[in-house]
Parts: sequence; C-alpha cells; structure tokens
Amino acid sequence: MAEPPQPVTGVILDEETIYTLSELRQASGLGGDQLVTMVEVGILEPLPERRRWCFTGESVSRLQAALRLQRDLGVNLEGAALALDLLDELHHLRRRSALLERQLAD
Amino acid sequence: MEYKDYYKILGVSRDTDTDEIKRAYRKLAHKYHPDVSKEPDAEERFKEVKEAYEVLSDPEKRAAYDQLGSGWQQGQSFEPPPGWEGGFDFGGGAGPGGLGGMGAEEFSEFFENLFGGGFGRSPFGSGSRGRAWGGGGFSAQGEDQHARLEIALEEAYHGGQRRIQLSVPEQDPQGRVTYRTRDLDVTIPPGIRDGQQIRLSGQGSPGPGGGAPGDLYLELHLKPHRHFQVDGKDIYVNLPLTPWEAALGAKVPVPTLGGTVNLTVPAGAQSGQKLRLKGRGLPGSHKGDQYAVLQIQAPQPATEEQTELYRAMARKMAFNPRSHLGV
Repeated sequence: MAEPPQPVTGVILDEETIYTLSELRQASGLGGDQLVTMVEVGILEPLPERRRWCFTGESVSRLQAALRLQRDLGVNLEGAALALDLLDELHHLRRRSALLERQLAD
Repeated sequence: MEYKDYYKILGVSRDTDTDEIKRAYRKLAHKYHPDVSKEPDAEERFKEVKEAYEVLSDPEKRAAYDQLGSGWQQGQSFEPPPGWEGGFDFGGGAGPGGLGGMGAEEFSEFFENLFGGGFGRSPFGSGSRGRAWGGGGFSAQGEDQHARLEIALEEAYHGGQRRIQLSVPEQDPQGRVTYRTRDLDVTIPPGIRDGQQIRLSGQGSPGPGGGAPGDLYLELHLKPHRHFQVDGKDIYVNLPLTPWEAALGAKVPVPTLGGTVNLTVPAGAQSGQKLRLKGRGLPGSHKGDQYAVLQIQAPQPATEEQTELYRAMARKMAFNPRSHLGV
C-alpha cells in the first residue's frame, strides 16, 4: 500500500547553493583526499577568493556525472574531466542550434 | 517477473568470449550512457546493458544464468527454478549500494531474484561499499536515489508541486525481492533550469539496520514549449511584425511566461533583431531575460488596391536588398 504523500522541499543544486568541503564529503560519501584529487584533475573547481574550499551545487552534479563515467565507461578521472568539459560544450551548442533552428523555422 | 535475454541485449551469441562481451558492452555503453546519449530511451537501455554486462562478465553469474537454458525469450514470464536460492552465493556486499545514480543502480526484478541477495547490495562494485557515489568508506546510511522528471516551462516559471512515484525494493520473508511504489509530493521551486537537480535530503533509500536514509536527487527537464525556447534562464520568442510596424516603430503585445506585455519596437527594426525584456525570463535571485526575435512578415496583396500599394512602393522606394551581394 502506498504511504500517504508528504510534500517535500529540496535544494536546487545551482550556483547559489554552496557546499563546504565537509558538506561535500558528507553528501558524496567520498573522502577528503578523493575530493582533493577531483580538484586536481579539474572535475571540481573551488570557488575563488574564499579562505576555505567551497563548491557550488553544480559541482555536486558534475561530481556525480564524473563518477558515473568512471564507473560505467571505465574512463579515468582525467578522461572524465575532459568528457564533462566536452559535454558542457556539446550541450551548449545543441541548445544554441535548437534555438537558431526554431528562429528560422517560424 | 520477465525473463531477460542478456545475450540478446548485448547483441552477442551464447558462446561469445569475455573480451567480446566487454567490447559489446563498451560500445553500447557509449551509445546509451545517460550522461552522454541523446537517445530518448537511453536510461532504460543503459540499465539493461549494464545489467547484462554485470551477469555475463562474471564467470560465476554467467554460468548460473546459462543453466537456465536457452529456451527462454526476452520478456517471457519467468520464475526461478525450485531450489535456486542457496544454490549460488552471490551475496557479496552487505553494505548499501554505491550510487552513481540516474537509475543505473537499479536492477531488474529478474536480476535481483537470481543474483541479488537482497536489495541494498552494491550493483557495480564487488563487496561492500559505502554510500559513496563511486565507492568509498562504509557507512550505515541508506543509498542515494536518482530520478528524472519532465515539467512544463510554465511549472519551471511559477513553481508548483508534483507527485512522483518511486520504486522501492523490498524483501519478502522468503527473500524474494518485490517492488513497492512510493508516492512523494515534491515542491518545484520557481526558476529551476533545464537539467538542474533538486536534492531532497533523507528521501533516498532507508539505511540498513535503521540507519539514516540517503538523499533523493531529482533531475528536472523542461518539455519543449509551443512558443518559447529556453537558454539557461533566458527565454526566446519569435515575434512576427508587419513591415510598417518595423519601418515606423510600434508598440506590440508580446506573450511572456508572466503574462502579456507591450514591447516598443523602434522605427527601422529588422528581421533577426533581438529586443530584450529585462527580467522577464525565469525567476530567481538572478532573473533571466526574455528576448523577442523580430520577424518581419510581408502580407500577400489580396485586392487590386493592395497590389497597387506594393507597386507604389516599388516605384517610390529605391531599395536593393542584394547590394551586398554585388548584384
């Protein structure tokens, strides 16, 4: 039998949601040294001009995607970082091309 | 439950060697991985492919699977043979599963009952792993779950509430895994962008032994809209104008997600120009803008008088739109 539904509110993982290193450790279950590696290879980018490392909510999504690519496709972390950068670029270009196609179609 | 033809899913024959299976998996994984693929059913296909590889790449699981025989068809109704339980020990991870998300952590009922050893088992790891997204230290916290939800652009603008259904694995007293549906009402905050995730703390899988539940990550996607296109927080709309509105300037109504507004088109406007409606895009602390992309439409003359107007323009307005082509 289904449970009675309860409305739940979450946090949008956007550029305004800030994670400290320990919050990111807690959310991801990764160790501090693993997160340092993620920064070193360019998967995570700490926010500039902060005394301590902080990350945006978007970093969480990026980190998850990197780990999925590593796990499912066997790419190493450097390769995952490159793939993510290229995927960002690809998504941007797809959006632009969809936008332009639509502008020409009407 | 339905029988899964893992060989068919990977497109290999039953006597294929492990290397070939790996190659077939890699090829299909590149094609259907949800982070990479554009295929509409990528997630579903990838799940199948991953599950097939999980079984066929492991000699023990493959041997056990092969024992079921080759007489089964994909999707055929299936019950494990009597005495299956205990026959093979695939127990392995007692810990909660490694996450990774996008539903890929979820295996079919068929898999769970043949090889699962109960839910909460790490699907892609060997042995126990923490709730870490990719593997890490053990903790008694439940698994994080991932789900996708498509919403209309209007919902992204106004926000709202949506009921989602999550599939929760449960073990019956015989150790069989069944899936129960759990309803959850989720608040959609106004201004969410395409592809963004909402993290719902404590709404993931329950922790083993009464541990804290994991989180639910809900990835939102915007359905295509009839009139509006979206780029991040900005909205674009094609705005047709008459030639005289464009030439003389005009105030014209423009639809926005917040309602119709009047836009001042400057005299001498041209097709393709973008006029910005500041702050009329998706809301948030950094509001997006709306852009009206002008499109001048020339009417067909319907009467002799209208045709004469065009002729008068032809006589009185010296204009060569092809001058830049040198003709």
